[in-house]
Amino acid sequence: MEQAVKDTFNQGSARANAAYQMGRRRFTVDPITRLEGHGKIDIYLDEKGDVERAYLQVPELRGFEVFSLGRPAEDMPQITSRICGVCPTAHHMASTKCLDDLYQTPPTAPGRKIRELVYNTFMLEDHALHVFVLGGPDFIVGPEAPPAERNIVGVIGKVGLEAGKKVIATRRRLRDLIAYFGGKVVHPVLGLPGGVSKALDPAELPKFKELAKDGVEFAEWTLQVFKDIVLKNSDYVKLITSDAYTHKTCYMGMVDEQNKVNFYDGKLRVVDCDGKEIYKFTAQEYRDFVAEHVEPWSYMKFTFLKPRGWKGFTEGPDTSIYSVAPLARLNASDGMATPKAQAACDEFYKTLGGKPVHHTLANHWARIVEMVQAAETMEKLLNDPEITSQEVRRVPTNVPKEGIGVVEAPRGTLFHHYRTDERGCITMANLIVATANNAARIAMSVERAAKGLIKGGQVTEGLLNKVEMAFRAYDPCLGCATHSLPGHLPLLVKIYDRHRHLLQELRQG
Amino acid sequence: MPKPKVAFYWCASCGGCEETVVDLAEDILGVVEKVDIVLWPVAMDFKYKDLEAMPDKSIVATLLNGAIRSTEQEEMAHLLRRKSRYVIAYGACAHLGGIAGLANQFPREQILKFNYEDAPSVVNEQKTRPQLSFAHNGHNPTLPALHHVVRALDQVVDVDYYVPGCPPTPKITSAAVTALLENRLPPKGSVIAPDIALCDECPRKASKPTNVSFTHFKRPHQMLMDPEKCFLAQGVVCMGPSTRSGCEAACTCGGMPCTGCFGPTSRVRDQGLKIMSSLCANVAPKEEADINKVLEGIPDPVGTFYRYGLAKSLVRRKVTLPVK
Repeated sequence: MEQAVKDTFNQGSARANAAYQMGRRRFTVDPITRLEGHGKIDIYLDEKGDVERAYLQVPELRGFEVFSLGRPAEDMPQITSRICGVCPTAHHMASTKCLDDLYQTPPTAPGRKIRELVYNTFMLEDHALHVFVLGGPDFIVGPEAPPAERNIVGVIGKVGLEAGKKVIATRRRLRDLIAYFGGKVVHPVLGLPGGVSKALDPAELPKFKELAKDGVEFAEWTLQVFKDIVLKNSDYVKLITSDAYTHKTCYMGMVDEQNKVNFYDGKLRVVDCDGKEIYKFTAQEYRDFVAEHVEPWSYMKFTFLKPRGWKGFTEGPDTSIYSVAPLARLNASDGMATPKAQAACDEFYKTLGGKPVHHTLANHWARIVEMVQAAETMEKLLNDPEITSQEVRRVPTNVPKEGIGVVEAPRGTLFHHYRTDERGCITMANLIVATANNAARIAMSVERAAKGLIKGGQVTEGLLNKVEMAFRAYDPCLGCATHSLPGHLPLLVKIYDRHRHLLQELRQG
Repeated sequence: MPKPKVAFYWCASCGGCEETVVDLAEDILGVVEKVDIVLWPVAMDFKYKDLEAMPDKSIVATLLNGAIRSTEQEEMAHLLRRKSRYVIAYGACAHLGGIAGLANQFPREQILKFNYEDAPSVVNEQKTRPQLSFAHNGHNPTLPALHHVVRALDQVVDVDYYVPGCPPTPKITSAAVTALLENRLPPKGSVIAPDIALCDECPRKASKPTNVSFTHFKRPHQMLMDPEKCFLAQGVVCMGPSTRSGCEAACTCGGMPCTGCFGPTSRVRDQGLKIMSSLCANVAPKEEADINKVLEGIPDPVGTFYRYGLAKSLVRRKVTLPVK
């Protein structure tokens, strides 16, 4: 562009920006806007200084459903993956399955196997991220460790540099597999209705088979690390099983025909707090079983079991609140689909006193059990001769109207539901994401932790971390939950006395 | 000599850029050794007040990802600008506004109404909406207001460099960080990636027609696409010709056309206009009805041509949206 043209344009642009700022300033006087982008907890004390109520709030909303309107449905797997860069493959896959349903075009058998291979690889690497980088450091480094050490660097300090390198290298190889099929690992592009965009070149097969074998070994090693560091420490076990981190709710998870855990496809099964099956339904029936409740104090919606109705933040036999994610998936199934994972699952329930387990922090262990299943499933798929077939897609010919797709994201059940015009352009998109399914229980966990820790107006030093642990165990992604924020949760806690004066403010992240 | 201080920060983003930094994998350990990371919310715990207390310009570089859509993000951008010698817009959202910028086509009320009333899974007979201030039993939890418009980072603060991509690749990230550490920086305002169209590094380049003529456009799901042939030669819209290279043609290697996340080269002001003018000039029919028939293959021009760049484009936002 000519310099003069450029200058004129820049001046115009600067004026537009200035005008925009002026218009905007009038609306940003509220000091509360400082908190946008943060998880926020407001805690209210009674006259004795004990906790009366704690509100976990999510203060932002991005509105993917609305700005999807008018987009060609086949773009949705790539658009919705941008809800979350930590679990883009989950949104990508739920959306792709939604397209299969929309066009009534199931994938070819090899196409489906590639999707399952990519998906299980993703579950393994994403769970590994949580165990070693995001939530796991609470345990591996220790809940009492200073914040500056509770991170991947601290983990490497604890397990050793070689082990740390093993974690990083294995995740890299797993992510390379996803990138092979998906073009890139963050925001992959393979999903199309009726299959995938890329087949597996047989020349690449040996490398990936080797990876799957190493993946199984890696998952088993992770399990051993967890047992050595966490289970051998009675303080940690006491913490996991303590009342402060226990809730008797229902659980939801996807199962195959034998009621075994499946991440990619199957029916959704719900068990009550005694572990008894109460509902089992297909993705297409989700609206009969799952509904969203709105509270005036958070942008995040709270999902509940529709047949039971919204009964508030309660637990026990009649509760309509359910939980999703690793612990819920184990609780809602009759076990794991692969042998080594099943053995790990048996040990899990034997140690924690049988099914169902209600301890939130047991999610960390259940997550590793799932890593074993994901790795074994990768191995099984790569040993299937059909995996190198080039017949990876069929072209849809039906007129699109409405579709629903569900997967188990690492953080729980993920629903995508679209309606389109006859051209296949979106007229309605509804998304219920993993963390929204957990929102009510997470809110309860935060309140429980606050009540347990704050007594007589005394705020315990480790409050922030202990409260944070209550929801870190869910691996919550509030970015997913409101389709707005990034995966990590910076946190602000405000504590008010009975006169509603601000007593203390704690901030992290 | 003390290690140079570096900050990573995110605004309205998905976390994918952060994942890419983690994807530097073994290399990240090398980077961690060479620099002092003073702020990185995704992976390490730090306090804002520590940042505020730092002397101005004491951070060598801040890599900021995500678009700007809230006051808090705007304030952090200004604070980090003040504390940093270089501010680097990292990733498509900071660079161009990103996919979230597509929201600039829709009013806030439509988003709220759908989310809390019309979505098919919502049960809300009372039509409850999240309230900015909500009084309940003497408790008064408050929420921030949502704003209308998404902006790229340089629409808010002065930006020194850009690292493009949704997300950027580990390779260009590593190149940018190395250039920074070795003080081999290009002129201010540069996008740190090759300044040439994606087609240049696309393995399908050989089959790119020199003289293309479109009798129709096919959407990717409507045909079995040739895995080696140029998408444009197959009648599939590909943003490659108007998009900067540097991703090593990741999407076309994954069997799908480029959607433009690296933004334009330095010679192009508006990426969408560039590709539109190029495609439209090559539509074969010359009668309006026939032209419309060809264009039916592109049912969503904004989402197709401005997937990542709407906020930064000349179009910018729907004209009827309030400016706030």
